[in-house]
Amino acid sequence: MRLLKVLAVCLTVLAMSTFAMAGTLEDVRAKGWIQAGVNGSLFGFGKADEKGVWKGLDVDSARAVSVAVFGSPDKLKFTPLTAKTRFTALQSGEIDVLFRNCTQTLSRDTALGLDFCQVNYYDGQGFLIPKKLGVKSAKELDGATVCVLPGTTTEMNVADYFRANGMKMNPVVIEDTAELAKAFFAGRCDCLTSDASQLAGTRAVAPNPGDYMILPEIISKEPLAPAVRHGDNQWKDIVNYSVLALINAEELGITSKNVDEMLKSNDPKIKRFLGVTKGIGKAIGLDENFAYNIIKMVGNYGEIFERNVGINTQLGIERGLNALWTDGGLMYSPPFK
Amino acid sequence: MNTAINNKTSETISFWYDPDKRSILYQIGAACLFAFVAWYLISNTMANLERQSIATGFGFLNKEAAFEIGESLIEYSAADRYARALSVGFLNTLLVSFIGIFLTVILGTFLGVARLSKNWLINKCAAGYIELFQDIPILLQLFFWYAFFYEMLPSPRAALNPINGLFLCNRGLIFGIPQAHPVYKYMAIAVLIAVIIIFLLKKWAQKRQDLTGKAFPVFFTSIILIIGLPFVCWLFGGAPMDMSVPVLKGFNFKGGLTISPEFAALLLGLVLYTAAFVAEVVRAGIQAVSKGQTEAAMAIGLKPGQLLNLIILPQALRVIIPPLTSQMLNLTKNSSLAVAIGYPDFVSVAGTAINQTGQAIEGVMLIMIVYLIFSLSTSAFMNWYNKKMVIVER
Repeated sequence: MRLLKVLAVCLTVLAMSTFAMAGTLEDVRAKGWIQAGVNGSLFGFGKADEKGVWKGLDVDSARAVSVAVFGSPDKLKFTPLTAKTRFTALQSGEIDVLFRNCTQTLSRDTALGLDFCQVNYYDGQGFLIPKKLGVKSAKELDGATVCVLPGTTTEMNVADYFRANGMKMNPVVIEDTAELAKAFFAGRCDCLTSDASQLAGTRAVAPNPGDYMILPEIISKEPLAPAVRHGDNQWKDIVNYSVLALINAEELGITSKNVDEMLKSNDPKIKRFLGVTKGIGKAIGLDENFAYNIIKMVGNYGEIFERNVGINTQLGIERGLNALWTDGGLMYSPPFK
Repeated sequence: MNTAINNKTSETISFWYDPDKRSILYQIGAACLFAFVAWYLISNTMANLERQSIATGFGFLNKEAAFEIGESLIEYSAADRYARALSVGFLNTLLVSFIGIFLTVILGTFLGVARLSKNWLINKCAAGYIELFQDIPILLQLFFWYAFFYEMLPSPRAALNPINGLFLCNRGLIFGIPQAHPVYKYMAIAVLIAVIIIFLLKKWAQKRQDLTGKAFPVFFTSIILIIGLPFVCWLFGGAPMDMSVPVLKGFNFKGGLTISPEFAALLLGLVLYTAAFVAEVVRAGIQAVSKGQTEAAMAIGLKPGQLLNLIILPQALRVIIPPLTSQMLNLTKNSSLAVAIGYPDFVSVAGTAINQTGQAIEGVMLIMIVYLIFSLSTSAFMNWYNKKMVIVER
């Protein structure tokens, strides 16, 4: 009898593990939620507020995936991850999708066994300076003392930039972010360099944020994109087109406010996108109205951007590269048809 | 009969019961075990690195470093190789450790003597200092001093200028230095010659005193020599007076010499912290010399200076040197906390190199080797000095 029990447990475990080997989509549907890896401490991208509600651009992108799969933005569990643990967590199956301001690079896409999806934020390394310095361009920084956060490429990027422009710099490299920011605010350095989105976050916690500005020059490319495990193509498509739906909706002028009116639109592109004309849902293996649900419950990309990091938030970031291609940015969605 | 049996057993003692043979066996066993573990770890690491196609070896040292370093004793730019970047870090660690040890010994000795003072105030002040600095973690002290420097001091444009050519601001202490001139090289040689002459003079004076009983004022002669020789050299070199004076240009001062807040904070933190321990070592050493020695020395009419130099110190040093050595090593090792306050020491530079190249194993190995070299050479020097000081038994 006892032996039978043990055998039954073994079989169940075996069955479950083979089940887990199947696509992430079935796996996620079976357990009823998506485990998403997020930053956990980056304001504007992935951070729980004082009430414990997760907020941020990455978090909202993950909610879009949740809506696409379950028709609800709350079928999510978040795992805060550090820069070191993020890829291992995804590789080992601890999380289903990674939305943690990760830069897409060739070696990560290949050697780490990951697949990156649609970029949801185009970032780059920039400079934060006190306004009273009177500098308008990074090209005027010759001889400046630069506070640098040691990272994988930050130090090299800034050294490259100064060399390429024939300028001299004097770096101060401090390992701890908070300690570095304190030294910068106290005036130890003329400028602080890091990814522009992080600079905005640093400025937001300054004693007087209005005294600081980010210089227009961006000296490196940091496309931040969600990632899934390599080889699970259906799951990758779902994550990819969930993010793309946000962009496409903005392009078509559909917002969370007018999405119901848009259902009556005569534009065939909008009809196909919102599922009035059937087709795209079946193709991807989701509800026909998955895009409608995403926009209704989460909003389009522009809304998400303005809500989390935009000009009226503490971060005050302009759209820049993250504007639609029609507005001179890089956000471009393939047609939903 | 009895003895015969005993003899027999000692001749045919079993291999396993012979302590000598058994201990050899144990040693061989331990060596084999060690070799196996080492082989397993190395081969396993190599196999894993190969599997993940991570490059190994020290070839990266020849590649362009491509990052800047805040302060350097030698000429360095981002276009130099990793090997040179690491040398910069090495020299920075050496600099802060060397000056740190020097200042720590002086301050520690002073505090240790003050701790034994009969003056109540001096005694309690020293005791308070020791307790305070010993009990606060060194990392906190470093953060405190660093924050003190950058919060308290003004920006370069509002720099304090207490005397002409000297500026104090949150970029550091900047002061004028003599413009480079060939005569300074000869002055350095003159100092070296002076040191050699002093060494020989001391030997000769000792010999003369042993023979005739006449003392020679070695100390004053030494001071005259060590200042006079380079000065004469400078006069003959045309007495160059040109100075490289710091001038505010753009964001920062150009010219002169800068002592950065990072260096100052690290040095101050290390010295103040370690000196508290050294003070206790010195106190213990002095207290270890029995009071009878002082009384006897006074009875034969030695002056207080002679009493300290000839009787107390030689005996106290024997007790002081071994623990002092370990405090010196502590200071050197603690200097790796520089990473936290942005001083580019060896660990900080090696950390950046590891980040950029991904050669973590080689980088960490280099860090270990460098600290081992620092520690072993300090130990070797102190052991030599200890041997010199050890009691001569007759």
